[in-house]
Amino acid sequence: MARLYVVHHTTTDPEGAPVGKYLLRRLLNYVVLLFIAVSLAWLLAQTQLEPRMLYKQRNPPLSPQSIDALLRRANVSETQPLIQRYLTWLVGDAEHPQFGVLTQFNWGTSPQGGFVNEEIARRIWVSFRLVTLGWILGTVIGVGLGAWTATRQYRVSDRVVTAFALLLVATPSYVTGEVAKMLATSANQRLGYQFFLFLGEKSTGTLPDYPLAELIDRAQHLLLPTVVLTLLGMAGLSRLQRGLMLDALGSDFVRTARAKGLRENKAVMKHALRTALIPTGTYFAFQAAALFTGATFTERIFSFHGMGMYGVDTISKQDVNGVVAVTAFGGLCYLVGAILADIMVAVLDPRVRLS
Amino acid sequence: MSETIDEVATAGPRPTAKRLTRGQLVLRRFLRNKGAVFGLVIIAVLVLVAIFGEYILPWRYDVKDRNAYYAPPDGIHWFGTTQSGGDVLALTVRGLGKSLIIGFAVAIIQTSLAAIIGSSAAYLGGWYEKAWLWVIDLMLVLPSFFLIAIMTTGGPKGPNAWMLLVVLLAAFGWQLSARVVRSLSLSVKEREYVAAARFMGLSTPRLLLRHIVPNIASMLIVDVCLGVGYAILGEAGLSYFGFGVQAPDTSLGTMIAEGAQSTTIAPWIFLTPASLLVLLVMCVNAVGDGLRDALDPGSMSGGRA
Repeated sequence: MARLYVVHHTTTDPEGAPVGKYLLRRLLNYVVLLFIAVSLAWLLAQTQLEPRMLYKQRNPPLSPQSIDALLRRANVSETQPLIQRYLTWLVGDAEHPQFGVLTQFNWGTSPQGGFVNEEIARRIWVSFRLVTLGWILGTVIGVGLGAWTATRQYRVSDRVVTAFALLLVATPSYVTGEVAKMLATSANQRLGYQFFLFLGEKSTGTLPDYPLAELIDRAQHLLLPTVVLTLLGMAGLSRLQRGLMLDALGSDFVRTARAKGLRENKAVMKHALRTALIPTGTYFAFQAAALFTGATFTERIFSFHGMGMYGVDTISKQDVNGVVAVTAFGGLCYLVGAILADIMVAVLDPRVRLS
Repeated sequence: MSETIDEVATAGPRPTAKRLTRGQLVLRRFLRNKGAVFGLVIIAVLVLVAIFGEYILPWRYDVKDRNAYYAPPDGIHWFGTTQSGGDVLALTVRGLGKSLIIGFAVAIIQTSLAAIIGSSAAYLGGWYEKAWLWVIDLMLVLPSFFLIAIMTTGGPKGPNAWMLLVVLLAAFGWQLSARVVRSLSLSVKEREYVAAARFMGLSTPRLLLRHIVPNIASMLIVDVCLGVGYAILGEAGLSYFGFGVQAPDTSLGTMIAEGAQSTTIAPWIFLTPASLLVLLVMCVNAVGDGLRDALDPGSMSGGRA
């Protein structure tokens, strides 16, 4: 979280192939990579988690035969060879119609019998609603602040923003979230009215009778998590952008632009900021990966039942198929981010655009 | 880096001022950065508190005060007590010790891994390099938080379970640094003295350790420092969900998770370890930034050198 490396990609092919073909080849490479990564995650979950424990603690106790039948139904019985379980998970069979990642994109069942696909289809949107606004706000404000403070290096405004950003970078999201909740609780008490709501996505009781009541209620629930996510995204990005912008402002081509008589504003915006945005584009795209799994803490604190909490719950409940699906989703997010980063660089970097 | 400094010093007319060694220069630049020095002092104090706190503090971490459940901070319990009557200060100091050990151990292991893998991949090239780059890509695709959680859930339990956590955090932490090490080593590899050493018949591991890794030492030092912050936050995050350090042992993350359940009635249980964690990570980051500026004065982002 605290480490801000700029991942350098080799954006041009050694043979100088066009960008489209190059992107296509990377895409294919990513798909193979994802398949192997998910298979490894499956292997790890199958060998490390112990779903049998769930049934041993049942009261009244179940017979070993019925436990085994239940485990077999979820394709997690260690009495069957690993390779057979892997094939079942990949393509399904007559005994397991609800399995087959490759054949019918079906991710199986939990030991309790619920369908992983149904759970995920619901939770993806919860995660999406939770993180989207915070992600965009955090990026825009972070880039803006970073670029702005770079043009005002060592002035009071720069020092204040820098100190604030350093504090936020060192603060994990669960601390930020809990503090936000504590402040909101005391604010509610002072107001004498529950303005800040932070349990789940919406109120459970009946809503007051005025127009758009449901929408306002949801917005109230979303307010605090969005503030927390914005602060988190903003902090790291503003540090990164400030450094990049300083490097760009000190470079020869910006000095040349100024020497040619370009107005200060234009030199900064068009020449310096554009160059300084290239690595940020990469960073922004890669954040897509951290977005869903990284919001796990925010989900927990504000009781959103999204993908992150599904990952945590499935591990606690020894749900092999569920956690593999979450891992696959995380990997997919990372790869989408990587492809986005490739495209971003191609769009922003004139060296790639013109080749 | 040292090369450029020497070149500047010898190319022009000899300066009349006393010539400084590289170490003195770096130290001088580091000391000029007040935030970094302040951070270093605080870290030193925290380390001392973590080691000797047990003998100084009025309460021990495993003693329960049956007369004080959820007691607010006062003269007897300086930072209050927990639900079961444990002294928050003693528990936090105990947790701080664990977080510090884990942070430094993970950082050193993962930077060593990055140095060995990155430099050997750059030096040897060929299929060896391709294989490592592929492994790095593969490990970056997987969400490490969940994989570590799976392995600690299924792994061994007991008082030494935190060592597994160290290994896992390090195993998922070296990839990005290894990429940076590789790209830096690629340019070092082309220098004449590396070729000379090779023709003199130096073995590959020796060549890597004696001639390539020392040339990227500044990057590695900064990487260890930033890695400490990353590892402490990673451990605390896992412990927050119960996948990290397990009771009866405690870490800052475990304490924060416990305190988060009672922020309305006993905020001190949460606020004490949380502020200590933030302070610690801020100091570690400040020292890392200060070291980077001192070792790499060319970077404008650090400010005036």
